[in-house]
Amino acid sequence: MLTEPNAAADDKIRCDACPVMCYIKPGAAGACDRYANHDGQLVRVDPHIVLERTVSHGGRLVPFQAGGDWDGKIVHEPSIFVTAIGAGTTYPDYKPAPFIVSSEIDGVDMVTVVTEGIFSYCGVKVKIDTDRYLGPETATVRAQGEAVGHVTTGEYGSQMLSLGGVHHLTGGSKKEGRVTCDALMDLSNCKPVELTIDGGATVVVQAGYPPIVNGVPEERMRVGCGSATIGMFAKQWHGKVDEVVVVDDHITGVLSEHQAGKLLDIPDTGIKMKGRRSTPGRYFQVAEPGTGWGGTKISNPLSVLGPFDVKKARPGMTMLMVSTTGEHAAYYVLDEALRPVEKVMPIDLRSSVERIQENCEPALCTVLFMAGAGGSLRAGVTDNPVRLTRSVKEALTRVTSGGAPVYVWPGGGITFMVDVTRLPAGAFGYVPTPALVAPIEFTLKLSDYAALGGHMDHVRPLASLKDNTEIRQTLSQPPLSGPRA
Amino acid sequence: MTRAPHIRLLPDGRRLHLQDGPIDLIVEARGSETEVRHAYDAATWRFTGLLDELCAELPLLRQPADPVRCRLLGVIARRMHMAVAPFAADGFITPMAAVAGSVAEEILGAMMKEARLGRAYVNNGGDIALHLAGGEYFTVGLAERPDVSGLLRTMIVHAGDPTRGVATSGRHGRSFSLGIADAVTVLARTASQADAAATVIANAVDLPRHPAIIRRPAHELQPDSDLGARLVTRGVGEISSSEVEQALETGAVCARKWLAAGLIDGVALRLNGRMIVVAAKNVETMDSSSPLRKVESTVDA
Repeated sequence: MLTEPNAAADDKIRCDACPVMCYIKPGAAGACDRYANHDGQLVRVDPHIVLERTVSHGGRLVPFQAGGDWDGKIVHEPSIFVTAIGAGTTYPDYKPAPFIVSSEIDGVDMVTVVTEGIFSYCGVKVKIDTDRYLGPETATVRAQGEAVGHVTTGEYGSQMLSLGGVHHLTGGSKKEGRVTCDALMDLSNCKPVELTIDGGATVVVQAGYPPIVNGVPEERMRVGCGSATIGMFAKQWHGKVDEVVVVDDHITGVLSEHQAGKLLDIPDTGIKMKGRRSTPGRYFQVAEPGTGWGGTKISNPLSVLGPFDVKKARPGMTMLMVSTTGEHAAYYVLDEALRPVEKVMPIDLRSSVERIQENCEPALCTVLFMAGAGGSLRAGVTDNPVRLTRSVKEALTRVTSGGAPVYVWPGGGITFMVDVTRLPAGAFGYVPTPALVAPIEFTLKLSDYAALGGHMDHVRPLASLKDNTEIRQTLSQPPLSGPRA
Repeated sequence: MTRAPHIRLLPDGRRLHLQDGPIDLIVEARGSETEVRHAYDAATWRFTGLLDELCAELPLLRQPADPVRCRLLGVIARRMHMAVAPFAADGFITPMAAVAGSVAEEILGAMMKEARLGRAYVNNGGDIALHLAGGEYFTVGLAERPDVSGLLRTMIVHAGDPTRGVATSGRHGRSFSLGIADAVTVLARTASQADAAATVIANAVDLPRHPAIIRRPAHELQPDSDLGARLVTRGVGEISSSEVEQALETGAVCARKWLAAGLIDGVALRLNGRMIVVAAKNVETMDSSSPLRKVESTVDA
């Protein structure tokens, strides 16, 4: 905020797109904000997209028809409300002409204050359902070679990425900011974005679609970790096979040693696992992480085994090796030298592998847009800084984004998260600051609005908009959990 | 020339969008279908070639305005000069400070010549020319800051009010500001007058030489800016609430002067979420966020 990179040497160009004939410095845009000097080239820049989008939506207000009964309480979906998408009429002049709209719902007047917010402090949290190794925690995530975020924690069956944020948007080079902004906007608009993780994989992320890891589309989330899979399927394997190994990057499970196997009196098989034994039948680090079996880098599962114990193993013993998604599976029989030899898998074992697959949920990428709408709101009441946010936190004012419910973080400001798949297509835009433009609506009771000193007789009735605007049906999805404002 | 103005009805079927180079207008007329069609035809007709007309005098329009003499020829250029001339004796100002409002006014004027309308407006990126017949009114929504989402306030302009122009200026807009105001919204008799006054008052909301304010010479950012080497505000860091008050008060002093001179009808000055309204009468406001710090009447100022 307080620093601004100095413009490069004087290699300005003259734009001939209109008679204003602006001289434009590198990295800057002309008076119209539509044409810019990009490394000495006159290019059409994408504030135009914002403009085109806004104008093509034309300040078109999108009332949402939401499900559920209205019981007069503000925390429920009003049957219709107006979104902020396209509320700014003459973007990119940054002078939105917002609308205040009233609608009457069972005698309760609502006021929706709509605008499009420009968020420098914003980013997306990406959840990628995969067991494949995407990269080490804290590794830099890149788009088009620029750092746009980092790998954060692994969650159950998923890898989380944190992308964007003010450091990448405005703290790095201009290119980094622009690429970050593009990536955030595309992800938020449910478009695919290819991300490369330092020391890890390349993954194509698109909200609502399976991730594509190193060119291979992911199909399923794992049913559980290797140990959990043993627990879930031990009974189904009992009597059909002597040993089962569920290969997993996190916890590889071994049936004969596992508590579940012991309870079924499954005898020892003399199997020797590589890796570090945690508790009986549960092994950590059987192989390096990767995109092979169960999130390890192996393609030959036998490589996680040592030689069988000659005192316990016997020729003819059978063994199933399977990954946590059932995507990889192989069946072995020990030969005279106690070496596992791959054989055709019997039908009943094959069906247990299919059962594992069936119990895996489809792998998806999910993208939550997260932004802080706190700045001016908090600054708005310097006498008592929490007063405005309190109206949100106490659910006097409900916050939505493009009509979609948001999760408002506890604490200061109005920092919210929204599932981007619940917003209408193309809801997000950007400005070359760079920052994202996202719709945000504040809905409050007309009586509360009046209590704040409003002159209510000039609030515009919703009926005045309805005839001219597109009515959208929203899916009756359950709202995100957590407190909603 | 391959360039053609972009002219079309917005998808709502009611409003007209006109764009050419940096000019971007949203137009709405209310009246009978025929009258509205006549109005939009007139707007389209007048808009075509308008930018070329302005650009023909661009070098002179970018020069500081002489308080008395006007060497400009075009009707819009002369209107721009007329709007800024009252401020020219007090300091640097160029006719460009009124370009948006003057264009809006010109288009509205062209529409009114050809059609009988109950209500119409031409919104040039927030600088708005209004037409109001008896009994009609406009609700003008204000954002706390133009570039940040926030709760809003509205001002009502009735047909009986003298106001026919509304303009907003500030450091977040497309043109540069010498001041630090987030937004200064002015109501005045004409859009061009409102535009010029908003620029002047927004420039006055300032904390000279404050270390937290980043300024850069305008021509370093836009080589052909009419502001030349003047320092324009690029960032405002931490400033205390008393400094916010101080800056707003400096702006309010300026606003009262022009209110007393009859150049403006009212103004709302906003900085860091604080707002001062200076108006000849109590401008009707609808406040959804913070209570007004003060609504002052400066009829006798």
